[in-house]
Amino acid sequence: MNSISPKTSRRGFLKASAATGGGLLLTINFTGIANAATGPAQINAYVRVMPDGIVSIMAKNPEVGQGVKTSLPMIIAEELDVDWSQVRVEQASLDTEKYGLQIAGGSTSIPRNWDLLRTAGATGRQMLVTAAAKTWNVPEVECTTASGKVLHQKSGRSLGYGDLAAKAATLPVPDPKTVALKDPKDFKLIGKFTRDVDGPAIVTGRPLFGIDVTRPGMLHAVYEKCPVFGGKAVKANLDEVKAQPGVTHAFIVEGVAPADKSTVTTQLYPGVAIVADTWWHAQRARQKLRVEWDEGEVATQSSTGFAARAQELFKAKPEKEVRKDGDVDAAFKSAAKTIEASYSYPFIAHASMEPMNCTAHYHDGTCDLWVPSQTPAQARSIVAKSLGIPEANVAVNLTRGGGGFGRRLNPDFAAEAAWISKVTGTPVKVLWTREDDMRHDYYRPGGFHHLKAGLDKDGKLIALSDHMVTYGQGDKYAASANLAANIFPAEFVPNLLFGATIMQLGVPTGALRAPGSNALAFTFQSFLDEVAHASGKDPLQFHLDLLSEKRVPPAPPAPPLTGAAAAFATPPFSHERMRETLKLVAEKAGWGKRTLAKGTGLGIAYYFSHAGYVAHVAEVTVKGDDIKVDKVWVAADVGSQIVNPSGALNQVQGATLDGVSQIYGAEITVAHGRIEQGNFDDYPLLRINQAPPVEVHFLQSANSPTGLGEPALPPTLPAIANAIFAASGRRVRDLPLRKASMASA
Amino acid sequence: MPHTLTVNGQARTIDVEDDTPLLWVLRDVLDLKGTKFGCGIALCGACTVHLDGQPVRSCSTPVSGVAGRKITTIEAIGETQVGKKVQDAWLAVDVAQCGYCQAGQIMSATALLSAIPKPTDADIDAHMSGNLCRCATYTRIRTAIKQAAGLETAKTEG
Repeated sequence: MNSISPKTSRRGFLKASAATGGGLLLTINFTGIANAATGPAQINAYVRVMPDGIVSIMAKNPEVGQGVKTSLPMIIAEELDVDWSQVRVEQASLDTEKYGLQIAGGSTSIPRNWDLLRTAGATGRQMLVTAAAKTWNVPEVECTTASGKVLHQKSGRSLGYGDLAAKAATLPVPDPKTVALKDPKDFKLIGKFTRDVDGPAIVTGRPLFGIDVTRPGMLHAVYEKCPVFGGKAVKANLDEVKAQPGVTHAFIVEGVAPADKSTVTTQLYPGVAIVADTWWHAQRARQKLRVEWDEGEVATQSSTGFAARAQELFKAKPEKEVRKDGDVDAAFKSAAKTIEASYSYPFIAHASMEPMNCTAHYHDGTCDLWVPSQTPAQARSIVAKSLGIPEANVAVNLTRGGGGFGRRLNPDFAAEAAWISKVTGTPVKVLWTREDDMRHDYYRPGGFHHLKAGLDKDGKLIALSDHMVTYGQGDKYAASANLAANIFPAEFVPNLLFGATIMQLGVPTGALRAPGSNALAFTFQSFLDEVAHASGKDPLQFHLDLLSEKRVPPAPPAPPLTGAAAAFATPPFSHERMRETLKLVAEKAGWGKRTLAKGTGLGIAYYFSHAGYVAHVAEVTVKGDDIKVDKVWVAADVGSQIVNPSGALNQVQGATLDGVSQIYGAEITVAHGRIEQGNFDDYPLLRINQAPPVEVHFLQSANSPTGLGEPALPPTLPAIANAIFAASGRRVRDLPLRKASMASA
Repeated sequence: MPHTLTVNGQARTIDVEDDTPLLWVLRDVLDLKGTKFGCGIALCGACTVHLDGQPVRSCSTPVSGVAGRKITTIEAIGETQVGKKVQDAWLAVDVAQCGYCQAGQIMSATALLSAIPKPTDADIDAHMSGNLCRCATYTRIRTAIKQAAGLETAKTEG
């Protein structure tokens, strides 16, 4: 039986920590739940200690391959002072009252939780020390801990955490501000190569993912949406579909659109549901489905139309002025040299290996979800809105996600499963096909840029302008389609003008790994390479000069952000950190020190995103139309501490190869309002035979640790594009390479 | 109609349409969830199983064609000597990111090492290029294969 001590109730703790103003500390829910001596004792929301000393640590954030199910518990275990072999990691369900934000996005898991989880672990350790000191009747200061034990060296006594847990759990929670954290030099676990906690289940094929969920009485569903975004089903041959083997239900869903489409993109799309005893039966019956769609107005949109319109719009001034420093027109007139170029990049899909899916069980006005989502709270919200039930009536169980890359930030599939379950009255698993997944994504938006730069007689960059033709609805940018005012080299060029013009778009867009940066890094870092060559300087030297000082007065401080905006705010750019990272990668790649064969070249690029400083050098060989990336060197500064070197290295190599994949072949095109690609034949992903070695170096600077899921992607594409130029004299200004039949086979 | 299959050494009789892909028999009828659905048209390799020791894409293999043949899935590949070595190497190298494709990768790698115990890089390219990894853990997949083959000593640096 659990009993809750009134002194340490959640309510009490929340009040206390709210008074200290530590927003993040609100999420530490030291419930002080004591258990019978034989059961596990819950020390706090994250930590349960079994009588045998096994420590169960909750992994609160969604795991989609970024490694937080291992790295976040490592932080707690370190400060709790237990051996990793004693630790069992459990995936937490959605409980934002207990855990605060539970999200996999923005490379924020480590920076947002570093202090919080260290404090959670250290507080647990402190309570166990107090319990031991009381047991022995000795001062706490005489007690130390190691490997899940409290030690009293004077008397030679020791007690395992398992023996102390029940007592510790009855103690008042110490003020987190008074709890001592370890000196990082004493870390035993953080900084050590630590294997994924789900590794044994992964290599033996045990159920882990959303697609693997099964519930008693569960039915399987497919959901056909209009191929044109915004279209609706008018009628369908439902009777014929229902007559197919195994089919239990077939019906049209009207859909539930968000009240404000400009800010909320996730919704229950209209469509036709087919439900059967097995997924194959549902999918087999779908081959008989004939739907009459009302395609709506988006059916007039196409990629070729957008490209032509962008060229027209470049002739006019930008609709929006995004940033203006100095006087670019005057500077261009006085410049010794000007450089102009247009760049473009396509829409791309997320294409995570596990197609979107969700299992839902609607019953008695409540809905249980099992969902591979990066934003379980968003899944709860969209399901509640779609079904018209309170959020409190939606329970969200988190499964491992087979890749996220930002796609699972928009859990539209959860609303589908919930709606269908409400109709059938049974648990239902909705599973998309690959084609559903590719044709109903929230795409990385494409974009078009016209850039101009001016150099003075010494080859110094004195002026730069960019007109971005992008996408949106009305005068609002589509998700991830904006040009931010602080995009580098803003602040480092005295005369600068950023402008944007919006084309109306009905195709949903969203965040894809390093949103914004993944496209803008290619554009700006490629163009700056053109400028560097025009300046007559070596590109590395040009960039080190450019990064040497800010050349416009700093902007007045913005009002402090609140809520989600604060959670995802990027700290200010440090050109010193960027320079050091750039120097490191150049040194490791032998920049300027090696003689390369004809047709082989090196390209350099760097970018600051998600608080991480990353620089790449790519070595590329070009033979005719064949381009081969031979090797990539990466340097990254993500602060003082790499929590898990295994995960960190894997992320940087993976993000870099993701960039190689994108530059080779990733392109989604729109025709008549629908997506033309559907599977890996027309949307190729990088394969092992195309994957170059990626050599990674971390520069551990004296800064708080930040995340790594994203920042290693953006510089990859321009580093390769710049290397292609160095190797062949051909400048890549339109992605992907495949378009120009330039990709390696 | 009924089909009798030998899955992981056990005879299993199931009643499904002839055109049902083996993948969906394994996942939804026999509740073997380790074999994954990725593309449905044999382009990604996530659904790789062994048919008489040879790697096949179960998403595109109708059940009618596999009666009487030995089917091995990720759940039982560790019972073979090579399969166990491959799984151990995958763990030691800590290959996975999301992990979704890795069952298929392990099945293909096991087939590779069964056919070519000491593969070259070119052998690895040839035998593994049918398996996509969207997280792009290819560097570690290559390392793990070499480690399982005894071509590289235990290495955990990537």
